Amino acid sequence: MKIVGKTVPRKEGLDKVTGAAKYNDDIREPVAIVVADTEYQAQQAAYLINVEYEPLPVVRTPSQAIEEGAPLIHENLGHYGKEIDDVYPVPGTNIADHTKIRKGNMDKGWEESDVVVEGEYFMPKSDHIAMETRNVRVKIDPTGKVRVYSSTQSPHAIKAELALAFNLDEGDIIVTAPLVGGGFGGKAPVNLEFIAYIASRAVGGRLVRLANTREEDIATSPTKIGIEAKIKLGATKDGILKAAELRYLVDAGAYSDTAPRMAKTMASNGTGPYNIENVWCDSICLYTNNTYSTSFRGFGNIAHTFCMERTLDKLAKALNMSPFELRLKNAIGPGHTSATQVKITRSSVGDLEKCLHRLNELIDMERSLRVEEAKDKIIAKGMSCFWKTSASNTDAISGAILTFNKDGSINLICGVMEIGSGVKTGLAQILAERMNMEVDKIHVQMEVNTESSPKHWKTVASMSTFMAGRAVLAAADDAIRQLKDIGAMVMRVDPSQLEVGGQKVYMKSDPDNYVQFKDIVHGFKHQGGGNAVGGQIIGKGTYIMENLTILDLDTGKGRMGPAWTVGVQAVEVEYNTKEHTYKLLKAATVLDAGRVINPQAAKGVVMGGMSMGLSLGSREAFIYGRDGGILNSSLRTYKVMRFGEHPDYLVEFIETPAQNGPYGARGFGEHGILGMPAALANALSRATGLELDQVPINPELIWKMKTEALS
Amino acid sequence: MIQIRDISTIELDINGEKRKVTVRAADTLLHTLREQLGLTGAKAGCENGDCGACTVLVDGWPIKSCLMLAVEAVGHSVTTIEGLKNAPTQKAFFENWGFQCGYCTSGFIMNCHALATIHPGADDDTIADWLQSNICRCTSYEEIANAVKQVLKKDI
Repeated sequence: MKIVGKTVPRKEGLDKVTGAAKYNDDIREPVAIVVADTEYQAQQAAYLINVEYEPLPVVRTPSQAIEEGAPLIHENLGHYGKEIDDVYPVPGTNIADHTKIRKGNMDKGWEESDVVVEGEYFMPKSDHIAMETRNVRVKIDPTGKVRVYSSTQSPHAIKAELALAFNLDEGDIIVTAPLVGGGFGGKAPVNLEFIAYIASRAVGGRLVRLANTREEDIATSPTKIGIEAKIKLGATKDGILKAAELRYLVDAGAYSDTAPRMAKTMASNGTGPYNIENVWCDSICLYTNNTYSTSFRGFGNIAHTFCMERTLDKLAKALNMSPFELRLKNAIGPGHTSATQVKITRSSVGDLEKCLHRLNELIDMERSLRVEEAKDKIIAKGMSCFWKTSASNTDAISGAILTFNKDGSINLICGVMEIGSGVKTGLAQILAERMNMEVDKIHVQMEVNTESSPKHWKTVASMSTFMAGRAVLAAADDAIRQLKDIGAMVMRVDPSQLEVGGQKVYMKSDPDNYVQFKDIVHGFKHQGGGNAVGGQIIGKGTYIMENLTILDLDTGKGRMGPAWTVGVQAVEVEYNTKEHTYKLLKAATVLDAGRVINPQAAKGVVMGGMSMGLSLGSREAFIYGRDGGILNSSLRTYKVMRFGEHPDYLVEFIETPAQNGPYGARGFGEHGILGMPAALANALSRATGLELDQVPINPELIWKMKTEALS
Repeated sequence: MIQIRDISTIELDINGEKRKVTVRAADTLLHTLREQLGLTGAKAGCENGDCGACTVLVDGWPIKSCLMLAVEAVGHSVTTIEGLKNAPTQKAFFENWGFQCGYCTSGFIMNCHALATIHPGADDDTIADWLQSNICRCTSYEEIANAVKQVLKKDI
């Protein structure tokens, strides 16, 4: 078939497969594969390979990438064959995509504004640090079947992309995916699978295992986006927002992957959950020589939240208004429109005002925002609202299959990956609810297999409970219809007279008159004679995203996701004015979950997001050496939150049902992270008297800025 | 003293059983546990002693098995998470949702189990001192703190 190194068909997202070394300056970028019987033999053989590099000029930041005459990362941009829908690279530049939002009339907006504030912001590239590094095993059977075992959020996407890259039939690729040791978006793209497939093919299809070391996982596998931004906001003297001008430069790294979609998300959601009639946004996604970017928990929404919420605090200061009041006055609600001109309903957006009031009860955001507690000690508070909708494909699908065991229990089979959120437990709960039975009588298939598990687009976008939940409900209804049909035959009544519950089909008028699941799910066998009716019950349900559109190229008009999830967060810090160190005292989130399926799981996933957000805000960033390589590619040098550094967490939920969600549920797996960097920066800006417009905010940054301010 | 040349057979005491394994001098205890004995509870997170996902007990003390050679374990008693059966720490992690993806969990549990055994009356500083050796990327650590406190309240 194909030979390693030969050009194969690809589109933008697949550009990892060929020509990698030419574009990327990080010498740890894979350029050759060694296959050996053991790891140490492979390592020793790798030492025998000499690679000569010719250093080329490095494009480090998006603002360098957009400069006139910047070195081109992709000289052949625009000639890669089929491009991804809705992504428009500009040949002859480093621009991977440019999303425009043009809503209302900017001249009018500025005219109506009594106060205008501006800010410039920076968030660096950083890493997912899933505790399990990316790893994969691939073998090719003599029959040509390709068997992939991967730590992935997207088993079905692996199948599709391997088929596309190597001209295989999708049906010949079988992907098995067990529990995932953390993903956070980093295991959504197809990455090592391409290399492992090539390696297995090179050794006659033998089973090949490829696992990243931590250093490789950080430096060569896809990372979080970086951004540079400029925000300008106008408001009346009463604090009503009238105009927003947003400019984001998004660092895609060397390949575009999902960075253009995140840039699009930043444009479409960039106003935050506020009603602004006049919005102008340019979100430009740029190639640089950095390690390429992919989805990261929050999908670009952390970035626009940080920029917008920092600017709002500046506006509140200029207006001499409490940050709480400013946000409350502008909270988005029914009758407003989003930046992409989607009409907002109570169902689609939830209730931000309720969230704000509840937060204010947990942490008072109107009084004592900055208190000088002792000689060197200042206690300060900061807040941030957030919102996010998914930015899924307009035709993203999910599915569920229910089979029954002879004991009357149910097997729930779906393509959603369990990456830590507890989604499969939630799905079992949704099924148990609809079937009116005990949840422990539902067995959930944890390991996904693309041959037998129905396709679930990807376990991303906080959409798994929403999408698979809808599919599970449809499957339950399908099974209930079959159970009633066979129950009707057995009990000699019309199916309409029957109800399902407690693993029984019973008569509504007389619940003591029933037939048990265990006697009918594999067909009902008559006592006399042994002849049988009914057959095996298999429930199926599917879901496809409804009413989503791609954004209009000129105005950005369009619907990116099925519903928003809104919320508000606050952080309280204790700042040491002498050492410029700080402690995290409290962190709070109030989020409109629509309907909480599993309270403890819900609280855990929000708290986990908050922890990660505080980690981003306080310490996480890549540090680059002079040659362009990442210097801090180990967990000794790349710092994350550790035990004991955590603040007290306060998490509460508001429940405004999303009419299209399963039992009214909204997605919120990612959302705990969204406002934390902003709330932390707002608290520390208040504490230090500085405008802290970049993260991570560590003592060194504060000290530097304090020193500069003095000189 | 043990001398190892090329690949040799050694005997390890794992979870109270004598197990024969063939190792290279450079094989880590983590590698041997996972690849030779099929004890995959200890996980590789960094193989550099930074994350604690590979933590096992050696003579009751938590040790990062990525930093110990298999040959160094000869003559010592090694306990992996597979050797814990319904330990209070396991129960506490389960009840307090002290995990999400579960990858760091074995290491955390082994560390907490040793802490509860060695310092049953540990104060907050001691707990933090011990548990800072492990990284969890999913939870907020508050859940893990709650689990540890639940264990420490009881006599083990």
